[in-house]
This record gives sequence, C-alpha cells and structure tokens, in this order.
Amino acid sequence: MTTGSSAEHTRRDFLYIATGAVAAVGGAAVMVPLISQMNPDASTIAAGAPIEIDLAPIADGQIIKVFWRSMPIFISHRTKAEIEAARNVNLATLKDPQPDSARVKEGHEQWLVVIGICTHLGCIPLAHQGEYNGWFCPCHGSAYDTSGRIRVGPAPTNLPLPPYTFVSDTRIRIG
Amino acid sequence: MSGHATYQPQSGFMKWMERRLPIGSLIHSSFVAYPTPRNLNYLWTFGGILSMMLAVQIITGIVLTMHYTPHVDLAFKSVEGIMRDVNYGWLMRYLHANGAAMFFFAVYIHIFRGLYYGSYKEPREVLWILGVIIFLLMMATGFMGYVLVWGQMSFWAATVITNLFSAIPGVGEAIVTWLWGGYAVGNPTLNRFYSLHFLLPFAIAGVVILHIWALHVAGQNNPAGIEPKSDKDTVPFTPYATVKDGFFMVCFLLLYCWFVFYMPNFLGHADNYIPANPAVTPAHIVPEWYYLPFYAILRAIPDKLMGVVAMGASIVVLAFVPWLDTSKVKSARYRPLFKQFFWLFVAVCIGLGWLGAKPAEGIYVILSQIFTVYYFAFFLVIMPLLGIFEKTKPLPNSISESVLDAKA
Repeated sequence: MTTGSSAEHTRRDFLYIATGAVAAVGGAAVMVPLISQMNPDASTIAAGAPIEIDLAPIADGQIIKVFWRSMPIFISHRTKAEIEAARNVNLATLKDPQPDSARVKEGHEQWLVVIGICTHLGCIPLAHQGEYNGWFCPCHGSAYDTSGRIRVGPAPTNLPLPPYTFVSDTRIRIG
Repeated sequence: MSGHATYQPQSGFMKWMERRLPIGSLIHSSFVAYPTPRNLNYLWTFGGILSMMLAVQIITGIVLTMHYTPHVDLAFKSVEGIMRDVNYGWLMRYLHANGAAMFFFAVYIHIFRGLYYGSYKEPREVLWILGVIIFLLMMATGFMGYVLVWGQMSFWAATVITNLFSAIPGVGEAIVTWLWGGYAVGNPTLNRFYSLHFLLPFAIAGVVILHIWALHVAGQNNPAGIEPKSDKDTVPFTPYATVKDGFFMVCFLLLYCWFVFYMPNFLGHADNYIPANPAVTPAHIVPEWYYLPFYAILRAIPDKLMGVVAMGASIVVLAFVPWLDTSKVKSARYRPLFKQFFWLFVAVCIGLGWLGAKPAEGIYVILSQIFTVYYFAFFLVIMPLLGIFEKTKPLPNSISESVLDAKA
C-alpha cells in the first residue's frame, strides 16, 4: 500500500484520524470507572459522619484517642506548663512555622485536637514522649511538641487539625 | 549461534504434531540442543532456581487461597486456621513465607552475578531491564503478600509503604486515599491487595518468559565475558546445564527446607502474630530482611520527599547500568579495579541491610548516609569513570582457550 506524498489530504486521511480520535477518547473514558472504583465507596464516606465528644471526663494533662474516619484523633487537655511551652517558641526555628494560637480555638487554649497520624509515613506517635514532651513517632523518630508541631525528625509538617467546633464548653463536634 | 543437533521427531504422534504445533522442536532447541558456554559456573544455576521458586510460590499460594479469607475480621483468624486446622496447612504456609525469602535470596545472588560478570552489556541490555522489571514486580508482590497475614507488622507495613506516595507534591494525599479505598488502611485495602497478590505472580511469569526469550536470542554470558566463537566453546544444554541446574536446585532446596522445618519463623517478626490494631503502632517496625537495604536508604535522608526519591532511584538506577558502565570488558575477572569496587559494593549493600534493621538514630544514621553515598557513587561515578581509566587484563581469545589455559 502506498500513501504517496502527504502533501495531499484526502477524505480517507480525515476518516483515519477521526476514527483514531474516537477510539482514543473512548479508551480514555473507559479508564474513568476503572480508576474511580478504587476511591472510597459510599459506605466508607457515610461512615465519616461527624462525631461528638464529651470533654468533661478528660483530666488535666490527659490525652485521649478517638477514631473519626478510621483516623485516630488526639484530644489533649493541656496543662498550664504545656501551654506555656507551646507559646514560648521562636517561630523562626520551626520546620512548619505556626503559632500555638493558630492550632487551638480561641478561649479553649487548654484543648488541642489533632489528627494522630505522623505526617512522615503514617504511624501513630506515642503521647507524652520525645524531647519536646508532645508526641514521639517510634517508626522514624519524628518528635512533636505540645502543640503537635514537628520539631525534629523526617516528618515534613505539623500534625494536621481535623475540622471541629465547640458545641459547648465541654463538648466538641469533629467533622 | 550454531546448535549442536537439530530436532528429528521420532514417534508418529510427534511427527503429526510437528506439522501443526511445533512445540517439540521449540522445547528441543530451547532446553536440549541450546548451546551453553562450556565455562559456566554454579552462579549460572540461579536462573533455574528462580524459575523453580516461582513455581513453588504459585503452587503453595493457590493452595493457601483455598483456605484464606480476605476480610479484616477474618484474615488473621483464617491464617491461624491454616496453621492449626487445615491438613498440612502449616507446611503450605511455611513453604510460602520462607519461599518468598528464598526467592529474594536467590534473586540477589542472580543480580550480583550479573553485575560481576557484566551480563547487562551489549547485546543483553533488554534482558537485563526485563530482569529489573521482574525484581520490581517481586517487591510489590512480596509486600502485598505480607500484608495479607493482617498482623501488626502487616498492617503497619501497609501503612508506611502506601504513605510513601504521600510524598508526591500536590496529589500525594489523593493517591494514597485512592490506594487505600478509604481514609486509612482497611478492608478495601486488604481486598485489593489480595486480588493483586494473586495476579502479579502470573505477570512475573509472563515477564520471565520474555526474559528467557531475550536470553535465548542473545545467548548466555559466561565467566570469561566473551562471546562463544565456535562449537568448541559451547556444550548442549541437555545434559550439561540440566544436570548442573538440577544438582544445585537440590542443594538450594536443602537450605530452603532447613528453614521451613527447623526455623520457620527465624526470618519473620514476632509482632506479626499479634492481630492488626489500627490504634497502636509497634515500637519497632522493620520490613522483611530483603527490603532492609532500601529501607536504610529511605531513612538515611532526613527529608521525606528526597528519602522516597532516593529509595526509588536506588532500584531504578539498575535499569541504566548497561549505559552507566562504559567499559568494553564484561567480566570482572579481567577488571582488577572494578573487582575491588564491586566487592566493596556488596559489603555496602549488606551493611545497608544491617543498618535498615537498626533504630534510625545516632551513628546508624551517619553510617547509612555514607553507605547510601557509596551505593549511588558505584553506579553514577565509579562505573562510568572506570571504563575510561581502568587498565584491564588481556582477554583470552576464546572460551575454550580460557578453560584449557586454566587447566594447564
């Protein structure tokens, strides 16, 4: 079969290109459901509904762990000393600079609510450990302070904050 | 390459077949008359051993799937059921778990053999790259199989390894959620890992066929690193290579069975006999021994993204070795400097493996960093420069001459 010089565009050339283009678009469209099926399904998303936590039983200095969207959430009832330690930090020395005030709700400074997943590779850090007395991740040695900010180790960012609001002074709603 | 004999179908049935599906002559030319260099040593038996291990893993794996349940509430229980209740279930599981370790042990010898004798050089570049692809598929398969047990180590290995993708800027988090099918490692993750762990060995088998095909086109390399020139340089695959491969397979099986029957949990971690608990990370998580060198490279770099990039690069760099090594001489036997750098490289890889099991602190981090630098320097600096500066020893004129000279 000879195609001759390509200087001349024929109807057949157009049909070849049009057919190929339809096949390519169709092939790409088929990928959408094939890829999408692996994302969280409806029941997983539904199970991520907001939860309410009663803070009254959490003693001064205690850290509890609750699960929301299969993620551990740390709720820390910080002592005066811990709040002081979190505030008296030179922000310029931080890897992910954030003042303590940006990590708690105004008027509720004693409550720190963070997602308890190390931002390095997803392990769960241990509470009240490490050289900054916040959290320490046993997997690769990241240490967080009492504000959940990364201080040393390979983790790139601070422990993230989940979306939450205070329903009353002793109740929060996560989600 | 010239053969030693051509296939003549003997029976009436094989004559009938030959005109319809010439499988007899394909097997004969590939595994009977196929000319192999006469100077091959026992390091050349590992291709056969690896094929055997792939078959063992597929057979024991299919048996295990008949008794395993891929669900977060039942997976651990079903594995214990295999160990305690299923007839010979303990044997199948120990063969499969230790078989994975033996598979990696054999593949590392196979890779180092290729590096030492320059088996990746022209005309075997594609053969080598197919090998790197098989190695990557093996790593993915081994990792997902380990997760299926759904013990503490399984769960946290799944968490840490999938989180490697979160290092990708911008889309990292979305990719990890997509991999999990949820907001953490959970039932959807276990289900898809089970499906892929079943699929990938057959993908490996497919690439192995391409690997052997490429091998039979280019012909085997050999300890002298020179191509066969005449029939005097080669012997037929059967009986020479078949018997030699068979003998060393039996030796390898002895080592394998020693682990299976006398120390089946030696290479595992006690923590994996604790059911997966998403709320508690074990104090010391380490991967299986065959991933430790790469894990050490990941931890040597104090930056998340760069650590992940370095770990990926440590494997991908292998695919470029045919072009990084600029020396015309294949075998390290005739490369006095390369030989020294090579053995130092082997020591560094073993050292990285040792460091990968140590806590990531103090002197261990510094040593990991030094070893990581050498690991990459070996490929990216030493290999290209040696081809220019190294004074190699004279090559023998032919394989038969090299063999007969050694005898004299």
